[in-house]
This record gives sequence, C-alpha cells and structure tokens, in this order.
Amino acid sequence: MTAPIAGGVDCDVHPAVPHLTSLLPYLNDYWRDQVTTRGMTDLVSQSYPTCSPIASRPDWRPAQGKPGSNLDDMRAQALDRFHVGHAICNPLYGVQMVFSEDMADAFCRALNDWLTTEWLDREPRLRGSIVVSLQSVEKAVAEIERCAQDPRFVQVLLLVMGDLPLGKRAYWPIYAAAERLGLAVGIHAGSAYHSPPTSVGWGSYHIEDYVAQAQAFQTQLTSLIVEGVFARHPTLKMVMLESGFTWLPPFLWRLHKFWRGLRMETPWVDRAPLEIVRSNIRFSLQPIDAPPDPVTLNRLFDHMQSDELLLFSTDYPHWQFEGDAVLPDGLSDDLVRKIMIDNPHATYPRLRQTVQA
Amino acid sequence: MNIQVRERPEPASTVAAKTAIADCDIHPARATPTELYPWLASRWHAHLETIGAPAYHGMMIGPPYPKAQPNASRRDAYPPEGGPQGSSLSFMQQQHLDPNNVALGVLNPLGTGQGLRNHELATALCSAINDWQIAKWTSQESRLKASIVVANEDGPTAAAEIRKRAGDRNFVQVLLLSRNVEPLGQRRYWPIYEAAEEAGLPVGIHAFGYGGNPVTASGWPSYYIEEMVGHSQCQQGGLASLVLEGVFERFPKLNMIMIEAGFGWAPSLAWRLDKVWQRLKSEVPHVKRPPSEYISERVWWTTQPMEDPERRDHLFELIDWIGWDRLLFATDYPHWDYDDPSRVLPAGVSDTNRDAFYLNNALKLYGLA
Repeated sequence: MTAPIAGGVDCDVHPAVPHLTSLLPYLNDYWRDQVTTRGMTDLVSQSYPTCSPIASRPDWRPAQGKPGSNLDDMRAQALDRFHVGHAICNPLYGVQMVFSEDMADAFCRALNDWLTTEWLDREPRLRGSIVVSLQSVEKAVAEIERCAQDPRFVQVLLLVMGDLPLGKRAYWPIYAAAERLGLAVGIHAGSAYHSPPTSVGWGSYHIEDYVAQAQAFQTQLTSLIVEGVFARHPTLKMVMLESGFTWLPPFLWRLHKFWRGLRMETPWVDRAPLEIVRSNIRFSLQPIDAPPDPVTLNRLFDHMQSDELLLFSTDYPHWQFEGDAVLPDGLSDDLVRKIMIDNPHATYPRLRQTVQA
Repeated sequence: MNIQVRERPEPASTVAAKTAIADCDIHPARATPTELYPWLASRWHAHLETIGAPAYHGMMIGPPYPKAQPNASRRDAYPPEGGPQGSSLSFMQQQHLDPNNVALGVLNPLGTGQGLRNHELATALCSAINDWQIAKWTSQESRLKASIVVANEDGPTAAAEIRKRAGDRNFVQVLLLSRNVEPLGQRRYWPIYEAAEEAGLPVGIHAFGYGGNPVTASGWPSYYIEEMVGHSQCQQGGLASLVLEGVFERFPKLNMIMIEAGFGWAPSLAWRLDKVWQRLKSEVPHVKRPPSEYISERVWWTTQPMEDPERRDHLFELIDWIGWDRLLFATDYPHWDYDDPSRVLPAGVSDTNRDAFYLNNALKLYGLA
C-alpha cells in the first residue's frame, strides 16, 4: 500500500441529502407547497440506489439513513483518516432527472444552499461544486453566477449522461461562465435517464449501468474535443469524476487516428486530441479499473504519457477500495505528491483563495 | 486511410514475397440496386421501389451521418467496369486478394436487411444476401468465405436462416451488427446464439447498424467522427451486456468476434467488469465466473482500424494483455480507413506471433486450419 501524504485534496466526496424534506427550508413557498401537495418524497437516482453495495463501503454504511449523510462520519472516515487539507463535495441527488426546467432549477438552488449551510459552513476543509441542471442553460448560468460569489465553490457539476452530448454549442455559455469565474467543470458518473444508459439501449441490470459510465465518459470526451470547446475556452479545466481512467490511452489512440483521417469535418480542432487532454482534462483517481499489480499499473501510467492527469479522490462513501488503500501499490513519492497536491491545485485555482471565516 | 502519401508497389512484383494473410473483414457490394432480385420474391421488388427499406433512422438515401467520401470507400477502389467500390470480384482479386496474398477473406455484407423496421422485409433481404454471397463471390473464388446475415431483430426467423445454412462450408460465421434495438445480451437475440452454437459457427459482431438508440448514452452527437469513434463504446456496451446477461454461460460453446470496433478497450473493460462484478454479483447470479474469464476464452477481435499509439512498446503491451492468440487481421477493404497489411504491425514481433496475428488465429477459429 502507498501511504497518502497530509494536506492532500480529495476531489470527490459525496455528501448525501437525507430526504427531499431536507431541502424544504431552502425552497420558496411555491416549491415547498408543490413538494408537499404533490407527495414528492425523494430524488434517488438509479445510478446510485441507496442500498447498492457500490453506494457505500460496508464499514462506512451508517446504522440508519443514507451513506454520506452525516458530517461526523465523513470527518472520521475520510477527512481525518486520509489527513486531507480539502475535500470537494459533489452531491449526487437526482435533480437532473426532473423534466421541468423550473422545478429542476428550484431543486438545484436549494441543493446548493443546503450544501453551503449544512456542510461548508460547518467544516472548513470542505469545498463545493455548483450543481446545475441542463434543462435551461440560462438558468444554469444564473445559478453558477449566484453561487460563484462564495469562493468555497470551486467547480460546476454536471452528469455524464444527460439530454445531449456535452460538447454541443447550446451548453457553451456554461463553459464561458465557468472559465470567466475560475471554476473547473466537473463531470460526474450518473445519468439523467433521459436517454438509455448505454449507447446500445436499455440493459437489464444495475451493474450494466455502472459499467456503462466509463463508455459514457468516452463519448463525452469525444464530443467536448471535436465540437471545439477547448479551442474556444483554452484555459477551461474539465474533470472526469468517478470515470475510471485506464480506458484513456486506447481511447485517445482511436480518436487521434480518426481525427487525422476526418479533420476536414471539424477544422476548428487545432490541436491533437492527446494535447487537448493533457492541457484541459483531468481524472479523479478512484475507481482504478486495473489489476492490483504495480507492474501493470505503472505500464498504464506510462501509456497515459503524463503525470498531471490524475487527481486524488476517495469517492467517499462509495465502495472503491478496502481499508486505507486509497492509493494503489507502486506509486512513486513524486507521483503521490502530484496526484494529491500539485495536480488538484493546478486544476482548482479557487482552492488558493482565502476564505473569510 | 486512403490518402496516398507513398507510391503503392506494383502488385505483380510483390506477390511472391508476401506471406499469406487472412482478411477477416471484407465488404462486398452490389453493382446495381436490382442485383438481389433473382433471390427476392417479386412482392419485395415492388416494395423496394415504392416504400424502400426504412431503417431505424430517418434517411431514405444515405446514412444519417454523411461519410467522409462516397460509400465510405477508397476512391481508388472503383471497378473499371463501373459500379461502386467492392462490387467487382475481378477487381477485388486484382487490387486486393492477389497483391496482398489473401489466403482467406471473410465477407461481411453491409446495407442488407439488418436494422430495418419491417422485419419481414429484413428476413427476405438477409436470405437473398446469403444466396448472393454464394452465387457472386464464394462459388467463384475459393479464398472467400461468407457470413450468414440474419434479420437481427427477429430471433426465430434469424435462427431459421442459420439452420438453413448450417453445414454449408461457404459460410464461416453468423453476422450481427453492434447497434440494435436492445443490447445484444438481451433475450430476444438468444435464438440467434442458440442456432449459431448448434451450427458450430462463431458470431461476428461488426460495428455499425441502427436500432433507434443514440450513439451516445447522452443523445445524438453532431459529427461523423463521433459516430466512428463511438462504435467502440457501442461495442463495449454490447459485450458487457453479453457477459452480464449470461450468454456465455448459457451457450458454453459459442465464440464471438468483435469486428471493426477496435481492441484497445478490451483490457480496461474486462478489468472494470471484474471489479464491479465483485461488488454486484448478487444481482447477476447467472454470471458465475469473473467476466474477464468469459472474455479471454470466448472473444476474438479483428484488428482494423489498428490501434496506433506513438510508441510501439505500448502497442505490444496492449496486445500482451489481450493475447496474441485473440487478434484476427482485417483490412476493411474497400473502405476508406483500410489498413495496409504491410504497414500495421511494427517491427519487433516474433515470427510465431506475427503468423498468428496475420493468419493462424483466423484459420483456427474458423475451423480451416
């Protein structure tokens, strides 16, 4: 086991909304009435059924309530345990599944205010992601601008499976706002379930949906690159969260080969896909889809041809590793420092901002 | 790729020098729209001329994402006698089979009855395509072998077509496409696997096809390049479905070939499947072993478009993880992203591995060794 170093940045932790009623104090009268009158109870996504084994490590599962819903547990099991300096909260609450743009916007605003009050205000090591729904780009931009006034928000959070590929021009105002405000754009595993969760249709099983997350990240990366997002926003950082990363080298070999053959179709892509990934795209460490064998893993790191791509993450409370083995065997001290400290700070400039107590 | 940066060698001068290869992905085309009529009932002639052959997408002429060039094929592959690329046996022999010393060429017809909304028409067209492969190709050229093309969305009639052709040595595999109405592990497709296993034929799953699902799990993208790159994600979804639905467990003698969707993704997908299966296997008790075991024992990959990393040691490591015995060389002739057999494999491969890659794996899998 490779030991973590103190002061690292955990780039993917998941505080859970206990229940839709937890958001009631953050909704206006109209939406509070809608929720209660219409009998809405909770927004749990099929991507993360509460009792699924991957939703929580067995020893992190609370006696009652949702995994990740208790700040003291998060402190003891993740923040203190891995001696982190910061942890970035990525709430996975099914607000993106809602079809009405007004309702989705109301829930996103409530979720972001809930995160501020119940987590960020209570634990100085925590930082936040601004959850937005893509039903209305205009409302998403307004919410980004509203939340960004608080320097503890360090990124915008999207799901990897939504209504349209994320490179589509309709979404660019979101990327412009993020770049302007010094926010990264995090793309997390999960689906709005507005399309089948695989590109070949609806499967039968939860396990299929989880495996398919990796393929969804691949198609989004293609979309973001070939639509020209990074030609327009060269300093924008995007972070693939809970994406896996061992698929990246062969994916890029294929994309690069077709880009060479087909670049007449997207002439604005003025750098090779591999270069774009090196400068603009980052990946959270967990899960590591590789055999537990340092030789193979180090070959995979070599295939990635950069030590700047990975950002430390526990994916707390999801079950990705056992015990304290959050870092795989065989990492050099230098790589540990890059993954845990240098790379996250280079990705999230807002981490350096002083926060007024 | 068809952009010619170097002079191609004159075919005649190189024949003797080249070792024999298997080309496990050749696309034969019809010279005219009516070429299948001798094997189609007259009802369907009228249907094709009025309604056409509507697929699970809206275009009546051409594909939804325009290809990079006509018929997605090499501009130098038009036969001198006319007709689209890949429609002339004599020109295929002259341009490809002879100069590249192709000892075995596996035909994968596209634009057939697969992916059509009218399943009865699909069945008629697939059967006609199978007769046409024998009449126009394999009976005229012993190096070529055919694929049993089946109406993919209609399991029982597809199985009947396989049983009709079983034992006919013109055919070496059953052909499916990667994109269908549902993921390929679903029960509606099981009759196809049952009949293929019974006939002792592998099932080749070629990239492409239409089933109504967007080519990403997040809606329809903008560009042809996204569809082309996306075929590898579709193939991953299909293979995951086959494993997780228990197809390899239920049909223990069935082998599968992933055609034209890359192979670089195979190790990462298998590692991910194994890791997630450890967590979630209670949901799929019919998957009795780690997914990677089914994949490494029962799945083969064709090579084109060849993975092309900057460093050859990365390619060799990748193939080591997959196994040199699992790859089947393919050119994709006459398509534009054709791989030239003299250029795809870097120096530094042992003779045994090279021969396996280019020829022996295919002969063994197809029972022609």
